[in-house]
Amino acid sequence: MALLHCRGLRKEFAGHVVLDQLDLTVAEHRVVALIGASGSGKSTLLRCVNLLEELDDGTIELDGEDISDPRVDPDRVRRRIGMVFQAYNLFPHLSVLENITLAPRRVHRRARVEAEAQARELLDRVGLGAKADAYPDRLSGGQQQRVAIVRALANSPRLMLLDEVTSALDPELVGEVLAMIRDLKADGMTMVLATHEMGFAREVADEVCFLDAGRVIESGPPEQVLREPTQPRTQQFLHRIIQAGRL
Amino acid sequence: MTLLEHVPSEAQVRRSAYRRRQTVYSVLVAASSTAALGTLLVIAVTGAPGWDRVRQSFLDPAIARDALPAVLSGLWLNVRLLVCCAAGALVLGLVIAVLRTLRGPIFFPVRALATGYTYTFRGLPLIIVLYLLTLGVPGLRLQGMPPVLVLGGIALILTYGGYLAEVFRAGIESVHPSQLAAARSLGLTYRQTMRHVVLPQAVRRVAPPLLNDVVALQKDVGLVSLAGPIDAVRAAQIATAQTFNYTPYVVAGVLFVLLAIPLIAVTDWVTLRAARRQSGG
Repeated sequence: MALLHCRGLRKEFAGHVVLDQLDLTVAEHRVVALIGASGSGKSTLLRCVNLLEELDDGTIELDGEDISDPRVDPDRVRRRIGMVFQAYNLFPHLSVLENITLAPRRVHRRARVEAEAQARELLDRVGLGAKADAYPDRLSGGQQQRVAIVRALANSPRLMLLDEVTSALDPELVGEVLAMIRDLKADGMTMVLATHEMGFAREVADEVCFLDAGRVIESGPPEQVLREPTQPRTQQFLHRIIQAGRL
Repeated sequence: MTLLEHVPSEAQVRRSAYRRRQTVYSVLVAASSTAALGTLLVIAVTGAPGWDRVRQSFLDPAIARDALPAVLSGLWLNVRLLVCCAAGALVLGLVIAVLRTLRGPIFFPVRALATGYTYTFRGLPLIIVLYLLTLGVPGLRLQGMPPVLVLGGIALILTYGGYLAEVFRAGIESVHPSQLAAARSLGLTYRQTMRHVVLPQAVRRVAPPLLNDVVALQKDVGLVSLAGPIDAVRAAQIATAQTFNYTPYVVAGVLFVLLAIPLIAVTDWVTLRAARRQSGG
């Protein structure tokens, strides 16, 4: 059964249609990459799934539950979904450890000792154990983004939403974040990621969806969508990417 | 190569020598211009035709000594009031600011009350609030009426709470929406997001203007003397009325400045720290 099932999503901002009859299905343990130009609706889709934006139409089902029903408690839904942002959005006044343990302690009511032990273990696993007591502004962009991923993982989410997580990084720091996502896939994490890293999408994604003007225009295995796109819009987009030397 | 092994080039040696000479020169210029201005001021003031009479009526050491105990005991009242009112106004301001951010129809009356409060008490002159509370409220002759000093303190808290609420609100609004999105995406409720993510950042950011208002409050607490209690300025006034000499006012003024110095120093330090933090240092 599909873990995430979006049907006919519509979202407008001040008369501008950002999502238009959008359908997306993500099976458990699968990785779906959303590609497309800026403004094609990738980020809005992720924010809608995490209920950070209110839908104008359509339904979203998570684990068979209609989470787009207004009677659903959004806080309860978000606890099952981890989200990582382009600009990391770490809390600058909290140490790395406090950033990670905030939700486990306040939302899941875990004991401090237990939450910190779990956080340190996760940090050690990604090689950031030594940074546990540092503040975010002392970390490189790549380290901050890895902390942000750990922070989302500490909630033990069923689904991870990654919104252009490498777009704000210097090129030499992109690799360490991608390596972490690769490990997540190996662990069987279900992920939807909006990305401009076509090479990475090809490597890590089970399915690539090309978004244009708020619709999924083309989707399928990465080899097919990225090498032999059938839709003219996809071909144009990929042509520009190749020209820019990004594929 | 470490820094220690680095041998500066000839050009750098010349540059350093030049900068050192410039520093010595700057210090000399600053010292001589300060001395010149100071001398001019002293000559201008002490050479003024009325200087002797002004010195007698404003700077009489004997009268200063006599007035000091009374002024000091008045100042003790200022200090106690300041501590209580600053704490009260900070708490009230924070509560009002948070109430004004609440969304949802159920909170409409609370929001409207909080907004009305900040409009009213920022507009109303402190002296009028003081009179209303210290003279008007006791006139109601209710049971268990608190003493005038407490009522005056309440007037100060109400007035300054309005200012501080706006400062807090500016701080809350300065926290970027992406911080809220991050907190909510972790499953934190609105209340938890405010408590653990927004308010800590907001308060840190507005600490300098908050402390600035506390410095202003320090001078205004003395206005309770309008209702009877004797603060430092009122004590000086009484002493002046007995001797027809204004020296007690100068004593009170000096004490006020001395009292303000630590608070102002803390404000400057907090401001500097906030600026450093923002520049990512």
